[in-house]
Amino acid sequence: MADDGQGAHGAGGLTSERMVTFEVFRYRPEEESEPVYQTYELPVRSEWVVLDALNHIKDHIDGTLSFRWSCRMGVCGSCGMMVNGNPTLTCATFVEALLPGPIKVEPLENFPVVRDLIIEMTDFMEKLESVKPWIIRAEERALEDGEYLQTPAQLADYKQFSMCINCLLCYSACPVFGLEPGFAGPAVIALAQRYNMDSRDQGAGERDALLNTDEGIWQCTLVGECSEVCPKDVDPAAAIQRYKLSSTVQWYRNFMMPWRAKG
Amino acid sequence: MKKTLEPFWWSLFGAGGTLAALFIPITLFVNGIAIPLGWLGAPGYESVLQLAGHPLARGYLFLLISLSFYHWAHRFRFTLYDGLQLKHLNFLIAVICYGSATVGTIAAGYTLINL
Repeated sequence: MADDGQGAHGAGGLTSERMVTFEVFRYRPEEESEPVYQTYELPVRSEWVVLDALNHIKDHIDGTLSFRWSCRMGVCGSCGMMVNGNPTLTCATFVEALLPGPIKVEPLENFPVVRDLIIEMTDFMEKLESVKPWIIRAEERALEDGEYLQTPAQLADYKQFSMCINCLLCYSACPVFGLEPGFAGPAVIALAQRYNMDSRDQGAGERDALLNTDEGIWQCTLVGECSEVCPKDVDPAAAIQRYKLSSTVQWYRNFMMPWRAKG
Repeated sequence: MKKTLEPFWWSLFGAGGTLAALFIPITLFVNGIAIPLGWLGAPGYESVLQLAGHPLARGYLFLLISLSFYHWAHRFRFTLYDGLQLKHLNFLIAVICYGSATVGTIAAGYTLINL
C-alpha cells in the first residue's frame, strides 16, 4: 500500500484543532525604528511544534514574517528563539505544552536583531573560530602511517561536548554574556574543551591563551542556565568548571615550579 | 599569555565553599543546637579551650575560618561586579573583598596562636 505521508491523523478532521494567539516580535528596519509585537490567531493542531505555527503564519497569514529554520528535528540549530521568555528550539517545543496562550515568540536574547526573529550571530562565529575548534597537531603523521586510533574511553572523554549544534540558546540564557558581550561564552568554551580533551589533539596550549583569561573561563560565575537550556545535553557549565579546575592545577604548577612553566 | 590571578582566587573560593558546606553545618549543629538544647553534655570552658588549643584543632579552625572568608570575598566581589553593575570599580572591589578576607584571616590566625 502506498504511503502518501498522510496517516489517519494527517488527513485533517480527525486531529483536534484549536485557535491559539501568537504574539510575535516584528522588526522591519526599513519600516519602523522600534520593534513592535504583532498578534496572529491561527488554528493549531495538537501535534504542532512552535515552528509549525510560525510556518503556518508565513504560508497562510503573513508572508513577510522572517525567521531562520532548516531541519525541523533538533539537528541544525537554526530555529532557536525566545518562546514565552525562554530560550528554546522552536522545532522541539510543542504548542500544546504552552496552551492556552497567548504564546510570545521573540528573537534570542542578548543578540542584535537583524529582522523579526533573526539575530546577528557574527560575533559568535568570530569567537568560535578564534578558539580553533578543530584538531591541531604539533606534527602531522604521514598518510601511510594510518589513522589516529582512539579507544572508546578516549572518545567518551569529549563526546558529550561534541554534540553542540551552535543553536546559541546558552548565550541567550547566560546572564554573564548579557552583561559582558566580550565573554567567550558557553558554547565556544565547551567546543574548545571538546578538542582539548580529544586524545588526538595537541592544541590545548593555543586555545588556553584565549580562554584561560578574564574574558574566557574566568568570567563565568557558574550560574548554570546554559546547561539548563541546552537541547543536546552538552552541559557547557560542566565543561567550563572542568576547564577552571585544570587551569588552576596548571597555575599552581607554574607557581611552584616556575622553571617548568608553560605558556 | 596574559597573566591572570583568577585561578588563585577561584581555588580559595572553591576550597572555602567545600569546607564551609561540609563542616559549618556540623559545627553549628553541635555548638548552636545540640549543646544549648542539652542533647549533648556541655563541655566546660577549660576543656573547650584545651580542645581548641590542640594543633590539629587550631589548623582546622584556621582553615575553616580563613577559607570561608575567601569564599565570601570571591562571591561578594562578583555580586557587586555583575549584580550591581560596578565593573568600572573592579580593582577597588577586589581589594576591598580579598583585603577584608585577608584581615579576617590574620585576625583568626592571631587569635588561634594566642589561645
